[in-house]
This record gives sequence, C-alpha cells and structure tokens, in this order.
Amino acid sequence: MKQTSSLLSVNHLQASVDNKPILKGLNLEVKAGEIHAIMGPNGSGKSTFANVLAGHEDYTVSAGNIHYLGENLLDLSVEERAHKGIFLAFQYPVEIPGVNNMVFLRTALNAMRTAKGEDELSAPAFMKLIRKTLAELEMDDRLLKRAVNVGFSGGEKKRNEILQMALFQPRLAILDETDSGLDIDALRQVAKGVNKLRDPQRSMILVTHYQRLLDSIEPDYVHVMADGRIVRTGDKSLALELEDKGYSWITDEEAA
Amino acid sequence: MRTSNDIVEDMQQSGYSEGFITEIESDTFPPGLDEAIIRKLSAKKQEPEYMLERRLKAYQYWQTMQEPHWGKVEYPEIDYQAISYFSAPKSGEDAPKSLDEVDPALLETYNKLGIPLVEQQLLAGVAVDAVFDSVSVATTFREELKKAGVIFCSISEAIRDYPELVQKYLGSVVPHTDNFFAALNAAVFSDGTFVYVPEGVRCPMELSTYFRINEANTGQFERTLIIAEKGSYVSYLEGCTAPMRDENQLHAAVVELIALEDAQIKYSTVQNWYPGDAEGKGGIYNFVTKRGICKGDRSHISWTQVETGSAITWKYPSCILKGDDSIGEFYSVAVTRGRQQADTGTKMYHIGKNTRSTIVSKGISADRGVNSYRGLVRMNKGAETGRNHTQCDSLLIGDQCAAHTFPYIEVANPTARVEHEATTSKIDANQLFYCKQRGLSEEEAVALIVNGFCKEVFNELPMEFAVEARKLLEISLEGAVG
Ligand SMILES: Nc1ncnc2c1ncn2[C@@H]1O[C@H](COP(=O)(O)OP(=O)(O)OP(=O)(O)O)[C@@H](O)[C@H]1O
Ligand SMILES: [Mg+2]
Repeated sequence: MKQTSSLLSVNHLQASVDNKPILKGLNLEVKAGEIHAIMGPNGSGKSTFANVLAGHEDYTVSAGNIHYLGENLLDLSVEERAHKGIFLAFQYPVEIPGVNNMVFLRTALNAMRTAKGEDELSAPAFMKLIRKTLAELEMDDRLLKRAVNVGFSGGEKKRNEILQMALFQPRLAILDETDSGLDIDALRQVAKGVNKLRDPQRSMILVTHYQRLLDSIEPDYVHVMADGRIVRTGDKSLALELEDKGYSWITDEEAA
Repeated sequence: MRTSNDIVEDMQQSGYSEGFITEIESDTFPPGLDEAIIRKLSAKKQEPEYMLERRLKAYQYWQTMQEPHWGKVEYPEIDYQAISYFSAPKSGEDAPKSLDEVDPALLETYNKLGIPLVEQQLLAGVAVDAVFDSVSVATTFREELKKAGVIFCSISEAIRDYPELVQKYLGSVVPHTDNFFAALNAAVFSDGTFVYVPEGVRCPMELSTYFRINEANTGQFERTLIIAEKGSYVSYLEGCTAPMRDENQLHAAVVELIALEDAQIKYSTVQNWYPGDAEGKGGIYNFVTKRGICKGDRSHISWTQVETGSAITWKYPSCILKGDDSIGEFYSVAVTRGRQQADTGTKMYHIGKNTRSTIVSKGISADRGVNSYRGLVRMNKGAETGRNHTQCDSLLIGDQCAAHTFPYIEVANPTARVEHEATTSKIDANQLFYCKQRGLSEEEAVALIVNGFCKEVFNELPMEFAVEARKLLEISLEGAVG
C-alpha cells in the first residue's frame, strides 16, 4: 500500500491529553513535494495533530503509528525530529524574554547544522544568509533585533515563523494557522515564502480556516478534520465548497 | 579589556624574570586562634605596628561577638580553633605535580570553559614555572598603571608602602565592629587587593585579580580596598569563571569601596567556588561583607555579581549613598542547585539628597537549591527625593528547589520613592518545546532561556566577562532539567 515516495504516513493515530481523547483514528499519507491543507472546526484536533507530529510531551499517543522518512517518528525526540527536517510553525509562537531573536536563530540553525554533521556558520556567514533570506521574503530586519516574539504583533509572530522556516529549509513543514490574523501584505508574504519553498523534495501541511490562503498556495489535497479524524479529502474545490456551506454539511453527514 | 588568552600568550612569551613573589615561606601555622597567632601572622607579613594594633583590637572585639544565624542558610557549626590562619601558597609536596593529579571533574569544566592549558595549571594549583611567568606579566601591567598614577597592588604591600592611605580608609566603610565575620577578617585577613585611582584619572584598563595570581591560595580571609578620588573611574573584576582549587572551607572576605566626588567604581564578581557534591558534602562557605560608600556628590558605585559556586553564599554588597545625587546599583545573578544555599541581596542606604539606587536581582534555583533575596532600602530623613527601584525575579527549575524574597524598606523622608517588583516563574514547558522544535537540546534550550532571564545583569558585565559568565551559567545548569 505504502509507496516508496511517501514522506509521512499516519495510521489510525489516536492521541489524548490529560486522558482526554482528541485524535481518534487519524489517517494521512503525505508524499514528497505535496502540499496538504487541513481544515476543520475549532477544537477538532488540528493543532493537536501538529503537536503530536512535532513530539510535544503533553500529548500521549495511545494507538496507531507514524512513519516519517521510513522511520518510526514516535521513537524520536522533539529535537531529533527537528534535525530530520520537521518544522512546525506555531499557531501561537512562544515568547522568550531577554533572548535576542538573531542570536536565537543562529543558535538554532547551528544546532541543526551540528546535528547533521555540518560545520557551524560563523557570524558573518550567518548574517549573509539571513540578509539573503529576508530579501527573498521581502521582510526587513527589525524583528531580528528584538527578543524572540516578545511584544511582537500577531502578524509579526507569524512572519517570524516563516522566516525560520525559510532559514531551516525543512523536509516537512507544518504551518498551523500561519495565515490567521494577517493583514493582506503579510498574507502575501507568507504565501510567497511558502511558494518559494515549494520543492519536489519538500512537503507541507497547512492548517487553515480560510480558503483565501489556498488561492495563492495551491494545495494538492484538502482534508477536513472533525472530532479527531479526517472525514473528507478532496482537491482545491473542497475548500471553496467549505467556504460556501460551512462544515456542518460534512460533520452532519459524518454523524448520520 | 584583554582576553585571558592574550594574557596567557604573553605569559608564554615572557620568560622568567625577577618577580615579587620572593619572601613567601612554605610553612603553615598550626590550627587555632589567639593573640600569639595574630602577632606571628603580622610579623610574618612584616607589617608596621599600626596594623598589628588594628588586628589585635579586632580580635578582642570578635571574642565578644556571637556568630550570626539570621540568614536562611543551614550549616554545621564552624570550629574557629580548627582553622589554620596562615597558610602559605602550596608548594612542593602537597601541590599536584601535573594536571594528571588534578580532579578530572575540575579539568572537564576547564575544558568546557575553553581555558588554555597553562591557565588550567595555574587554577588547579599545579606547581609550574608558568606561575612565575604570570608574575612578570602582572608586573608589566603594574608599570603601565603606574604611568597613569594608579596604584594596584596587594593589600600587604599597601600596608607597608602607603600607610597614610591605608590608615585613613581601611575599616572606614566596614569597621571591625560591623559584624562577626568582618571582625574576624579584620583580625586575621591574609591578603587581598589595594587600588587607588588619583583625581581625574580614568583607569586605563579593567583591573582584575587575575593579574595577581600569586595570591591564589590566600583567598580565605581576603581584604580589598578600592579608593577612587574625585572625578576618577575604575572598573574592577574579581574572581574567575573557572572553579578554583581550594581546601579552605570558610571564606570571610571584606571589600570596601570609596568613591569621592564625581568618581565611579564598577565592581564585578564572578564567584564559582566549589559548591560541594550533590549531597552537599564539602564546598565553600562564602560569608562576605562588601560595602561601598558614595562619599562625594554625584559619585557612583555599581556592584555586579554572578554567583554560581560555594555551598553557602551569604553576602550583601551594599552602598552608602552619602553624597548628594550619588548613585548605587546592584545587579545580581545567583544560581543554586544540588544542595547549595544562597542568601544574598544588597543594602542601599540613602543619606544624601536626590540619591538614586537600582537593584536587579535574578535568582535561579534547581534541584534542591535554596535561593533567598534579602534587600534593605533605607531612605534617611535627609534623602530628599531619593529614588529606588528594585526588581527581584526568581526562576525555578524543577519542584524541589525554593526561592524566597525578603525586602526590607524603611522610608523616613516623605519625598522619597521606593518601588519593588518581584516575580517568581518556572521554566515554561512551551518555551522548552519551542526551542527544541527549533533543534536545540533540552540543555541548550534551558541555557538560552536562563541567559535571557539574566540578560539585564549580564549587560552590566564587561564584554569578555559576560561571555564567560554565560558559558559558566550553561555549565552550572547542565542536567538541571529532566
Ligand atoms: N494541552 C491541552 N490541555 C487540555 N486540552 C487540550 C490541550 N490541547 C488541546 N486540548 C483540547 O483538545 C481539543 C482539540 O484542540 P486543538 O487545539 O487541537 O484544536 P484545533 O483543531 O487546533 O482548534 P482551532 O481551530 O481552534 O485552533 C480541544 O478541545 C482542546 O481544548
Ligand atoms: Mg489550532
């Protein structure tokens, strides 16, 4: 059943937090180069799924399995997953007071490089890379001089996540509502960042509530998640349909 | 400031030349304390009569005193008759012959700090020629300072060579009557540092005890006196990020700073003495009295400290703000883990008009460490429009450690204003997750978050020192989480 080009394969995944089941048998197959959009009502478990993929310890996987690049993902620590190319753009990026954003990015990038057996980047080399990345994303360097996410506006936090994604060049990027709360320009930047990173080797999971993002980033698949499961899968047109009719026509069908 | 690497390079290049280490004898007094011991100590140090008299007076006073126990620290009783009050630098028999004989754990820390080999030998007390070479380096620095008119020497030398200054200022900020440990120190202090910066002189370099390595083994009852004349400036660094080999359990140092009109003294400390093992065995008791007086108008004293070592730390670097418009500052990071206990903070005495003080204290506790901030801010009657801002933050790692805050505020002038902010937080699981998702290990993540927490204090340290302090903090907290 599984094809060799499969990057991520999630089978009958069940996960809970504080003994409360959230994911209730989730299946998903992501191949290299594909973009999958996941939509679904609030509280349906989208962020939970993203967190489980990244390895958050609060979530207990009670059944099912996840294979990533042929490995059992659940055996890997959070940072090992990151080193192997899993990147999560957080729905709510975390503030780290007193830690300069630039220092943070460089420390993280060098930790990644060291884990991969590459040399650390010197300060000048890093500066060059970050300047180039900023230019590509049409971002300025204001956010680099401040403490990580501290006092950033909602949109600035999301942009900072995209910057990190562009810097780390992941194999599998999970963007959890990176488009929420963005103004039109920021949305364009995010879309631009994502499209720039589109690559036959790179896959993405976009969690979103809005079809708007999918106008500029064309997904290969659109999934609808409800009550901890993927209940419908389609192409771009599914997103349009959802925009039109809301979720109830699917979730009701599910319940029926 | 020069980096320690530069210094060591210099040390390796300059050969052995006549140092000033000569009169040291290798004997150690038998344990015990009485008048005869003090006379012998003073004679050994070839002190003038006035010093002996001061020592004896302090000793007599000390005998009438009780060891204080109000701090939030616990330790077994200290037997003052079991301590030897004169111990010459280790030489010959008991010093390690090479690094092979030094505790591997210590060496590991040196390596992590990136300390060059020669320096490692120095710190570990290995008897090598490099120690002598370092003395000549120190001499070179002293020449340069002399040109600027700055006196930077051991307190023993100052007692002999600058008796007027010493008699005028020694004990003027911390008299022997001040407290039990200050009295003991005044009676038996072994050696220490003397700095004098003349009027209008900006000291051309950061002064560091590092340049005075020949005192490596005299830290037990250290005595430091720094005098900044009108309009002068000096920055002084005490200590070293590398843990020093030291068999003395009790350390009772006294530091006095005197800033005259428009003078500024910056005093930075990194304290990393042996904290004892995980069960609290061994380790240094660090009971220090540090106090500065802003004697002249518009004078300025700042204390910055990074305390990661010692089994017990008990110190309150303080400022007496006597001159009008004078400024006192205290920036502190104190880390306790294992069974370490720290009771530290500051006292700001506002006496002059429009005096200002700032206190930033960052306490970090892990394992079963106990960290207490104890601070006094007093606005005297005459402290018109005095201002104090205190910020006191505690960070807890794990759930067996503890943090306490004891602020004492006394305001006798209605125009004075005192602000106190305190926070206690835990390392946030979401911060850790975020960092790890970006590829950092748990330890790297903790180090980063803790460094962020301490940033306001590290910003006050001279650059190179700040880099070392950061690294030190990382090492001190290794394995603290998880
Ligand atoms: N750490 C947690 N502790 C307690 N409950 C949690 C936790 N994480 C998630 N939940 C619960 O699990 C359910 C799914 O939450 P999740 O954040 O995955 O939803 P979502 O699909 O991302 O929703 P939204 O569209 O609002 O972002 C919710 O009921 C939520 O309250
Ligand atoms: Mg969500």
